[in-house]
Amino acid sequence: MITATLQTKSILDVRNLTKHFPVGTFISPKQVHAVENVSFSVQRGQVVALVGESGSGKTTTIRMVARLIPATEGEIFFKGVDVLKSEPHEASLGYRRLVQLIFQDPFASLNPVHTIEHHLARPLVIHKKASDSQEIHNRVCELLETVELKPAVAIASRYPHQLSGGQRQRVAIARALAVDPELILADEPISMLDVSIRMGVLNLIHRLKTERGISFVYITHDLASARYIGDQIMVMYAGHMVEGGESEAIMGNPSHPYTQLLLSAVPDPRAGLRTDKNAQARGEVPSLIDPPPGCPFAARCPRVMDICRQVMPEQAVIKPEHWVRCHLFSIAS
Amino acid sequence: MHVRYLTTRGPVRAVDGVSFAIQPGEVIGLAGESGSGKSTIAHAILRILHPPALITGGQAMFEGRDIMQMDDAELQQFRWSKIAIVFQSAMNALNPVMKIRDQLTDVMVHHGMSKADANQRAVELFDLVGIEPKRLDSYPHQLSGGMRQRAVIAIALALKPPLLIMDEPTTALDVVVQKDILEQITRLREKLGFSILFITHDLSLLVEISTRISIMYAGEIVEKAPARELFEKPLHPYTLGLMNSFPSISGKKHDLAGIPGSPPDLVAPPNGCRFHPRCPKAMPICEQIAPATKTISSDHSVACHLFDSQEGAK
Repeated sequence: MITATLQTKSILDVRNLTKHFPVGTFISPKQVHAVENVSFSVQRGQVVALVGESGSGKTTTIRMVARLIPATEGEIFFKGVDVLKSEPHEASLGYRRLVQLIFQDPFASLNPVHTIEHHLARPLVIHKKASDSQEIHNRVCELLETVELKPAVAIASRYPHQLSGGQRQRVAIARALAVDPELILADEPISMLDVSIRMGVLNLIHRLKTERGISFVYITHDLASARYIGDQIMVMYAGHMVEGGESEAIMGNPSHPYTQLLLSAVPDPRAGLRTDKNAQARGEVPSLIDPPPGCPFAARCPRVMDICRQVMPEQAVIKPEHWVRCHLFSIAS
Repeated sequence: MHVRYLTTRGPVRAVDGVSFAIQPGEVIGLAGESGSGKSTIAHAILRILHPPALITGGQAMFEGRDIMQMDDAELQQFRWSKIAIVFQSAMNALNPVMKIRDQLTDVMVHHGMSKADANQRAVELFDLVGIEPKRLDSYPHQLSGGMRQRAVIAIALALKPPLLIMDEPTTALDVVVQKDILEQITRLREKLGFSILFITHDLSLLVEISTRISIMYAGEIVEKAPARELFEKPLHPYTLGLMNSFPSISGKKHDLAGIPGSPPDLVAPPNGCRFHPRCPKAMPICEQIAPATKTISSDHSVACHLFDSQEGAK
């Protein structure tokens, strides 16, 4: 586990967060185990990248952190306070101000009938960041300039359909910034954008991190961008966090067979078409409805052992800033 | 090849004077952003564009015949038996209320195969793309995304076409499944010897799979080169920008710039070189005159004023 000194610096501490969705019928109720015992922490001014395939539980995790959906079990410590206990029913306005979300699809997250100014003025009014209209207008222009949308006055009066995808995503970031958050949860912010403008948005996130000390949880399925922007990388598979740590440690020494598989699947022209025999795993993500015990990756794992089908491995520390949940390592440590 | 989309705001010049050739057994990669006209080309080659799209000029020669000149009956026979296409969203390319088996045999029966033979071939095809033949009697929603994509590839291969057009075949899939399918495609190509026109926005993917690559920007091909050479020695500033838009998983971490601005409006594309408003190396001439395509070496050509003086030079 992470040491106590680190915990005091962390802005967000998630412990054993679990989400089950009920499915099935009254006669035979079933549970979708979307997120299972997920723990991670985010340090001040750091970007934590949550990496995984679709259905791995990344989005469900941050939706619980943003308190858009209730958690089944677990604790969310924000600046040392267990917010699920202190604000059990609904998050307070103060929490919503400090924790902001950016969604994947900039075409769906802006209202087509309102101007950009309206989108940015709303949080300012709701959170009482500005009162008279002149002050609001100035603040809106300032925000647009922060996200490099110029000329700000002209952009503010436009409607979402008059902007390109990249510009809209910048508006979404500006909207999150409007209330001076300390933590931004970004859910695949670049996956819907054209390739040539993706880097611009990533660089903007990086700049906000270094200049303003805002912490980010960055969700992606793309390990390369996770490495580019993330200080920490957490790999999720079928609702479980299987490996985590400093991004260079993970990229340099991917230890979980799933991380290795994921890494070998990324097209990398610099390395040529690699056929890493170690990382060949056929098949697809298992069903999350009432899953069998043991490691969720056991069915696909090229190095599966008997124990993997019975018990979920505990966290094994490889290096101080690098841990993995795999029986291959629990034996060694 | 020229294609226009007729809109109320005037014709959109979606594809403007694009030429390329595909040799037997080759994988040609066509890369570009959304709206650069890559899919339009694919659809134009098969003449499956619908109004308001209009092919306003150009030829598509296949084994010595111009597809654009074929009449309807000829075209019916030609499509799928000579050139088949794998669409972008395989999920939606399949009919949700028809069993996969019927969708597979449909195309073969249409081209004059008997029902029994078609069924036999369907089993072979599923074997080929690595799905259990018993899955033939499933409906599309019972298959995972990766399996549906394989099924669509099986349908495309049904008549053993010498050329397969793949329009972003893996965009909607997870990386691991994508890798799986790409390996499968490569194996099938080695086994069956067809050519592929591979269309995608993911340049790093193309460098891995194709032999030659053409880069498209705003309806024009700006650079053409063998895959390796393009990757190691990109010339056009747009190609360079694209290369700088993909973080790598190996090697040293460095800041990537991407490309500032956004792709142009093709109703009124910029004068001169269409890339000049976003180009870091734009010169006065770029705003006025569209650069001609220059041949740098036998297999490498680029349309950019930076290379005006280098034409023909090795």
